[in-house]
Amino acid sequence: MKKVYSKEEFCIGCHLCEIHCLVQHSKSKDIIKAFKKEFPRALKRVHVKEKGHLTFAVQCRHCSDAPCVAACLTGAMSKDERGAVIHDPDKCIGCFTCIMVCPFGAIQPDKRTKRIVAKCDLCPGEETPVCVVHCPNRALVYEERKEK
Amino acid sequence: MAKVKSYIPSDFNIERDPDKCIACQVCVRQCSYEAHIYDTEEDAVNADESKCIGCQRCTVFCPTEALTVGPTSNPNQKANVHWTEKEIKRVLKQAETGGVLLTGMGTDKPYPIYWDHMVLNASQVTNPSIDPLREPMELRTYLGRKPDMLQFKFKDDGPSLETILAPQLKLETPILFSAISYGAVSYNVCESMAKASKAAGTFWNTGEGGLHKNLYQYGNNTIVQVASGRFGVDKSYLDVAAALEIKIGQGAKPGIGGHLPGEKVTEAISQTRMIPVGTDAISPAPHHDIYSIEDLSQLIYALKEATNYTKPVCVKIAAVHNSAAIASGIVRAGADIIAIDGIRGGTGAAPTVIRDNVGIPIELALAAVDQRLRDEGIRNQASIIAAGGFRNSADVVKAIALGADAVYIATAALVAIGCTVCQKCYTGKCPWGITTQHPQLIKRINPDIATERLTNLLRGWSLEIKEMLGGMGINAIESLRGNRLHLRGIGLTDTELDILGILPAGR
Amino acid sequence: MEYVIIGNSVACLGAIEALRSKDKDSPIKVVSDEPYPAYSRPAIAHYLAGDISEKDMLCKGEEFYKKMNVETIFGRKAIRLDTKNKIVTLNNKGKLHYDKVLIATGGTPFIPPLKGTGKAHILTFTTWDDAKKVKDNLDGVKKAVVIGGGLIGLCAAEALERLGVAVIIVELADRILSPALDEKASKILEERLKEEGIKIITQDTVTTITGSKSSKACKAKVKSVTLKSGKKISCDMVIIAIGVKPNMELVKGTDIKSDRGILVDDTMQTNVKDIYAAGDVTQSYDFLYGTSRVTPIWPRAYMQGSIAGLNMAGERQRYPGSFDMNSLVFYDMPIMSAGLHTPREEGFEILTKWEPEEKLYRKLVLKDGFLKGFIIVGKIEDAGVLTGLIKEKINVENFKENLMEEDFGLASFPKELRDKKLKES
Repeated sequence: MKKVYSKEEFCIGCHLCEIHCLVQHSKSKDIIKAFKKEFPRALKRVHVKEKGHLTFAVQCRHCSDAPCVAACLTGAMSKDERGAVIHDPDKCIGCFTCIMVCPFGAIQPDKRTKRIVAKCDLCPGEETPVCVVHCPNRALVYEERKEK
Repeated sequence: MAKVKSYIPSDFNIERDPDKCIACQVCVRQCSYEAHIYDTEEDAVNADESKCIGCQRCTVFCPTEALTVGPTSNPNQKANVHWTEKEIKRVLKQAETGGVLLTGMGTDKPYPIYWDHMVLNASQVTNPSIDPLREPMELRTYLGRKPDMLQFKFKDDGPSLETILAPQLKLETPILFSAISYGAVSYNVCESMAKASKAAGTFWNTGEGGLHKNLYQYGNNTIVQVASGRFGVDKSYLDVAAALEIKIGQGAKPGIGGHLPGEKVTEAISQTRMIPVGTDAISPAPHHDIYSIEDLSQLIYALKEATNYTKPVCVKIAAVHNSAAIASGIVRAGADIIAIDGIRGGTGAAPTVIRDNVGIPIELALAAVDQRLRDEGIRNQASIIAAGGFRNSADVVKAIALGADAVYIATAALVAIGCTVCQKCYTGKCPWGITTQHPQLIKRINPDIATERLTNLLRGWSLEIKEMLGGMGINAIESLRGNRLHLRGIGLTDTELDILGILPAGR
Repeated sequence: MEYVIIGNSVACLGAIEALRSKDKDSPIKVVSDEPYPAYSRPAIAHYLAGDISEKDMLCKGEEFYKKMNVETIFGRKAIRLDTKNKIVTLNNKGKLHYDKVLIATGGTPFIPPLKGTGKAHILTFTTWDDAKKVKDNLDGVKKAVVIGGGLIGLCAAEALERLGVAVIIVELADRILSPALDEKASKILEERLKEEGIKIITQDTVTTITGSKSSKACKAKVKSVTLKSGKKISCDMVIIAIGVKPNMELVKGTDIKSDRGILVDDTMQTNVKDIYAAGDVTQSYDFLYGTSRVTPIWPRAYMQGSIAGLNMAGERQRYPGSFDMNSLVFYDMPIMSAGLHTPREEGFEILTKWEPEEKLYRKLVLKDGFLKGFIIVGKIEDAGVLTGLIKEKINVENFKENLMEEDFGLASFPKELRDKKLKES
């Protein structure tokens, strides 16, 4: 299954991936409206981690044996036909058990609604996830790799 | 004592459209001069225009195109063609610092650009045009010493060549990447030029930064420079290269040497240049072992001996007043290639007064050198590479028509990978990741992308050259070389026409 | 091959998914004494508070069993297990034959010795029906006493408080959530709950429940409770939420070995061939304590069910052992604890940062360069990275200082470790 991989040697920490992810998951899908007119603002599902000069984007790895799916107390985390891990906010009770078991820190809590941040869903309906399309330095790639 | 208040107004205005700004902070993160500031309380971005250098990184990266950055113009200052804002600001800066004003890239002074005063011929009726898409069109050329005559031995199975040919560089297109040192630019930029030259069948030049070990694999496409500081010059450096270039001068700063500040000498640069970490890398003005033309000849042949006469040796000079005589001496000293760098040539750092006032345009120098060598009957003994601010394929074609074998580009290459010629290379904070060693900034050049851009540039220009050649009814670049009858001058004086050796349009 | 699964919660779901991944055709029967498709027991407090709908309470939805080709026998209790003849007897005298059986009966509420329990509005809080009963009986309830300051008790308390009921929690230990938190973390939580008006009494327990007189028309109503200390608290409802213990009724009188829970090997098989157990009912290997323990944790139950299922289908899979993990959010305060978070023995290195006014706490327990446990209150982002370090037994000696940073995550890993994680997943 194709997934998004991050190349830290080319990540320039611009956060454009986060911005376009937000827009993609907004109601209007228009960048200005999404940021200025929609309340509450849509949520990004990719997170740029920073430490000193190091920056790289982390999003759900859609693990084949996803610990978050096993750990989810209500079944809000599940796998879809593509094999991607998806999150149902209606079933979510905000217990954050998934955050406790995700070894990548790819799930972030949404303190406003007490639900976790809606997770990376590999942009269903798009040929390539928008974070990959809009990365200005090809630090994100969308490809299939053999899993160890 | 309080710091003296600066009288210098900001060079640039930053305008932010409030309807479009989404306070995403991309500009804040991308500006290496910290000209954009995020106000957490207001959730808004503001600007400190005094820090802006007009590099346009923020305007390009802003996802909603909310930013406009442009030069300030002071309406309070009375219009003055002599005491321009620029000149006034420079005086003020020196009054505040007492130092030498530095700058980067090539001179932006309004000297005449002779390329824009020359036009090309096209075939009409007689000598029909050639369609480059349908008929063979050769851009391949060879750089190196050509023999005075060819001697053949005729045997039963045909003729064989007796004359031993001097080593040649084979170019698939008459454009090479000019000298840009590792240290002036980041490693990723060097890697991109190396890869692009390999892909396009041409060459790149290490400049005086030495050759990083990881780039030895591109040796077949590498011209290594032996400059006055001799940085990185050892046996393996000479052995891996395709050709060697002795740098006598550089178009942007003729007569002076180079200076890479100690702060920019990182571990990697220290290893490549073979100097201690943190020490200033100073290239002296002259080579301290070259004080006459005979000394130059000695160095040329020392390099040839060291490489067993298998590689062409090039000598690079800046275009100055006696370029023709100097060139003649260099060719007689044994150089296989001579590179001339005009006043528009770029640099990572140079005193502004030198960059703007020393040297002559490449067009005039090239014409003079080519004519002198032909007059002396030694034109075949060295190929000529012209350098200094080539902006497009038409400049290249005109240069070849004036007499060059090939053309060096550097500024154009950097512009292709993002440079906006803001002229602040010497600060080491290049926001495009080009003229910097800062670990956060160098990531901004992804060699995969930069190589693609450079290869595309060479391809685009090569296709255009073929179109122009075809239009002129020529099917090989070597047939254009020195063919001044294909050029005409527009708006030039008789003297200029005479120096360029071309007729005025209409004649 | 006939499979029977007794119990229909998360261990059963894990087992069904694992079984069907290997064996699409053999019949699987699921027996449960509850009438519902598998639902989330941890979510019943949220159901009570109105956070989650009935439909969303179902973990895999209603159609799961049909999709998985599983026969369901809901609303029937398995009362006897004949290990020799391989027969499960149900409470309606029905008999099920099995080739392999999985006991996934989970836990039953622990009822302490109490006087005066025969009154209305005295409720346990373990099953969905328990929560429904509470919901249906809230009319006129102004004050409730919750016996037990553990996970279940606190969840019930928050739900009731949010519904407008004044709540008093009575906890036997010296602090609330004592198995999952140390004193410092518990203190922060206690203060937060008090801010919402919840009263907390520790080191005490309810001994007697007193109420109105019962009559033929209706049961006696709860009026007050008396504590061991002698204190008397007036209230209209009592929730018994002390905890659960493994529901081992079925193995009583059989040759299946058990201790505090049903004992299983690392393939989830009991000492009797073809009889497996998984989930809260088991006592299995905890690799941090180095012994077998009862660990009623949801993800562990799923994993055990999954491994049991694979082994039952003939594929040998070993259970790597697990460790305690708890993630809770009370009002806006997230708390996580994992592993050996409060060791009693010597030889551990404990790093802490306690900021009670900010409601923040970060505690890491290390031994010989390995992370063994943690407690985090407040900034729980990237906590999973720490869990990963415990689970994969990664030596953290070289980057120990970074562990205490609030934003500790993959960016703080040494490059080799990070590359391994990101490039190969």
